[in-house]
Amino acid sequence: MPAQVITITSGKGGVGKTTAVANLGVALASSGSKVVCIDGDIGLRNLDVILGLENRIVYDIVDVIEGRCRLKQAMIRDKKLPLLHLIPAAQTRDKNAVSPSDMNRLVKDLRNECEFVLIDSPAGIERGFRNAIAGADRVLVITNPEVSAVRDADRVIGILEAEDKGPGALILNRLNPSLVRSKDMLSPDDVLDLLAIELIGIVPEDENVIISSNRGSPVAFDQKSRAGQAFRNIARRLKGESVPFIDWENQGGLWERIQRLAGRK
Amino acid sequence: MTETNSLIQIKGLRDGLLVALDDAPWEIQRAAFLGQVDSQPAFFKGARLALDVASQVLRVDDLVELRDQLSERGIFLWAVISESPTTEQTAQLLGLATRISKPRPEETRQFSVEDLGEDTALFLNRTLRSGTRIEFAGHVVVFGDVNPGAEIVAEGNVIIWGRLRGMVHAGSKGNKDAAICALDLSPTQLRIADESSAILKPQQSPKPEIARINAEGKLQAEFWSVG
Repeated sequence: MPAQVITITSGKGGVGKTTAVANLGVALASSGSKVVCIDGDIGLRNLDVILGLENRIVYDIVDVIEGRCRLKQAMIRDKKLPLLHLIPAAQTRDKNAVSPSDMNRLVKDLRNECEFVLIDSPAGIERGFRNAIAGADRVLVITNPEVSAVRDADRVIGILEAEDKGPGALILNRLNPSLVRSKDMLSPDDVLDLLAIELIGIVPEDENVIISSNRGSPVAFDQKSRAGQAFRNIARRLKGESVPFIDWENQGGLWERIQRLAGRK
Repeated sequence: MTETNSLIQIKGLRDGLLVALDDAPWEIQRAAFLGQVDSQPAFFKGARLALDVASQVLRVDDLVELRDQLSERGIFLWAVISESPTTEQTAQLLGLATRISKPRPEETRQFSVEDLGEDTALFLNRTLRSGTRIEFAGHVVVFGDVNPGAEIVAEGNVIIWGRLRGMVHAGSKGNKDAAICALDLSPTQLRIADESSAILKPQQSPKPEIARINAEGKLQAEFWSVG
């Protein structure tokens, strides 16, 4: 079966695109699918660091496009998770080194190689973003429950609709249930009300995400982490399973009560 | 010559020229096009050119030859658009783009209507997302929401069957009788003619409202009620 090509984008920077690609890559590969992650953020590459593959880069995406190496030579295989592959971005070039038709060709070559191609988009709505969505079958828009991030997500969804890439599906990242309860943060309902697209996952705020990113071992490896669980659920939904949404708002309350009882807060 | 010239259409694009050829034999088209280029060298010199060759089947040699001939004339061929998969593949092999980005429809859209009567309205059957700007020389009706970051500028009235959370300017050419209605009037900013107002607060349970310029000349919103 040819691969599903999924681009993760947001408009705004820093909302968790790269973290999401790394974690979905890990979660999909752990469940037995062959995955190729592509870092589309040429000039500001990060995905290799989060996946802990930085020291293994020999060739990058621009080398493939400009014909300096074969596609397979640029695919770095994760040693812990042999089904997970990364095509890193070039750090010494910029977005103009790649065109949307280059991306289309690259993705076409990858389709018969694996089950999922995950493309990490750069922030913004310019060339790099257009490259990242060019070959996508499906686009996941990621946002935080913040007014500015939601505004940018809305803009991106508008562009996706105009480019016939469908409205996409939404990942709401870094939700803090206690802030939502005290009405200091937008709730999932507020966000969905405005964006009016399908929700594919809610990832709660979890400090383990930062800790594990810094270690180069995505949080989806961590069976105890709530964020890791949320990413694994999204991966299952991408594979067509129907996984019920965890009710973070209430779960968080209970969890915090337990934490308070245990004297941890 | 005039006959072959009519086969060629030249349009200006955001980032260069688009030359559209039709299905006449390639050699004739190519000669006609180059003839046209040579008759107006100043116009074409330095241009970025996208070529729409319809369903023409072109091989690598054809395109390489044309590209070289164009570059001799100071024209940069960057894209070849075709309905034929063979041609598309050829173009990709040569590193040419095969799609030119569509003019972004989410950006400014200006609708022009000739011979505008008083009752002309633009009906938009969708939600306007952030970054959309609609300008219209009549009334605007939206069946959907107007999200924050979207803008509507209309010379007449604006009616929104949905939530208004973006910016709306009604009566933009100075019509002080224009009105703005929405099921939930929580805009980032409202303007009617030269009056503007940004003091509307979002409500807990929204009710339909209508905003107008009142007798004192100030912009005012009132709840709509039956009768």
